[in-house]
Amino acid sequence: MTKAPRPSVWQPATVVSTRDETPRVKTIQLAARDWPGHLAGQHADVRLVAEDGYRAERSYSIASPPGESPLELTVERLEDGEVSPFLTDHLQPGDTVQLRGPIGGHFVWPPSDVSRPLLLVGGGSGIVPLACMLRHRRLSRVDVPAALLYSVRTREDVIYRQELEALARGDAQFHLRITLTRDSAPGWSGAVGRIDLRAVRHILEELGEGADSFVCGSARFVESASALLVQAGLPPQSIRTERFGPT
Amino acid sequence: MITRGFQSRRPRTESKRVPPGQYVATAFPVLSAGHTPQTPLDAWTFALEAEDGSKIAEWGWDEFRALGPTDVTVDIHCVTRWSKLDTDWRGISVDRIFAAAGLQEPPAPFVMAFCDGGYTTNLPVEDLQEGKALVAWEYDGEALAPEHGGPARLLVPHLYFWKSAKWVRGLRFMDDNEPGFWEVNGYHSYGDPWQEQRYDGD
Repeated sequence: MTKAPRPSVWQPATVVSTRDETPRVKTIQLAARDWPGHLAGQHADVRLVAEDGYRAERSYSIASPPGESPLELTVERLEDGEVSPFLTDHLQPGDTVQLRGPIGGHFVWPPSDVSRPLLLVGGGSGIVPLACMLRHRRLSRVDVPAALLYSVRTREDVIYRQELEALARGDAQFHLRITLTRDSAPGWSGAVGRIDLRAVRHILEELGEGADSFVCGSARFVESASALLVQAGLPPQSIRTERFGPT
Repeated sequence: MITRGFQSRRPRTESKRVPPGQYVATAFPVLSAGHTPQTPLDAWTFALEAEDGSKIAEWGWDEFRALGPTDVTVDIHCVTRWSKLDTDWRGISVDRIFAAAGLQEPPAPFVMAFCDGGYTTNLPVEDLQEGKALVAWEYDGEALAPEHGGPARLLVPHLYFWKSAKWVRGLRFMDDNEPGFWEVNGYHSYGDPWQEQRYDGD
């Protein structure tokens, strides 16, 4: 096994812009002079330093595909958080944060064998590293079949909705299924309720044999979604997970 | 370099017990790389192995727990930045495991902890001795839940918590300090939270 490259040292990164993805989620564009590049699925550490020297660090999934600049992090505002409310509510273009990375060598796509279909299962802001993989797949013109099962609470919580729907319209090899767990907003023609075994089996039929799976979301979401994939017959070794937040 | 307008929002009263860059969590978050394995207890064993994989000793579930449990209350620190204070565990100390295997001295200076699901993590043997580590099956008075590493996990609280390998099934002695699963994937080989040894190169 080759070792992952060492995460770089801390470096200043300047906020280029911020944009709203949903009422609680923002994408922050950062310019970092010495960013060493990253793989789809990796994360970066952000450090904030207060005037009194107090510092706080958190990890965020990288949203922008490998090779594209500026670097983009998509951040969900956690109500009782210390770092995310600052990033989503206060950060302005021109502000400076400390950045390092990329970090993580397991939850990355493509793996060494790029010929296998790609199954992505995301809950809430767990979409971020998965969207990075989809962007990378599109830009690198890897035409393996791919599917995204994306579970969110309400329609207004769907991150990257227009981009995902456009990708699904323009790419016959990509299957998108967004499911709303809390309501079925007027005019919503997609699925409702939690991801279930039927949905997983259906999407696996579309994808074909031997998919690599990536599951990202809250610990509870990942626990139940990865169990469904195993129940649907996927070998446990083919399922990679990333969990965040409290249980 | 200061980030304009950023201020601490947390009380810092417990700072002596909380390593740099960590915050105190009340929940018990989960960090795993894959699907949670479910090992039936009648198929569970714990083994000590020599470097060539030959078994030095092996115990089934009931035999293992009969080696003489120890209760500890410790603080734990995850590399994802949460720390949890005063957590209660029951398990068998690694000292006792070595003694039960008849080892006066460990045969090599390092071990690879190996687990269901294919996880591994490397540790110096001395970090497991003198009461510093357990193989634990109870957390907070209850059977350890599978998502937290049950039936049993290693507990090495003075290192970042990924070293406390979930679903542990044994220790293999090694002459050289080979990297385990997380360590191959960019995490630090030793993982001292007080030195902030999060990633390779820290």
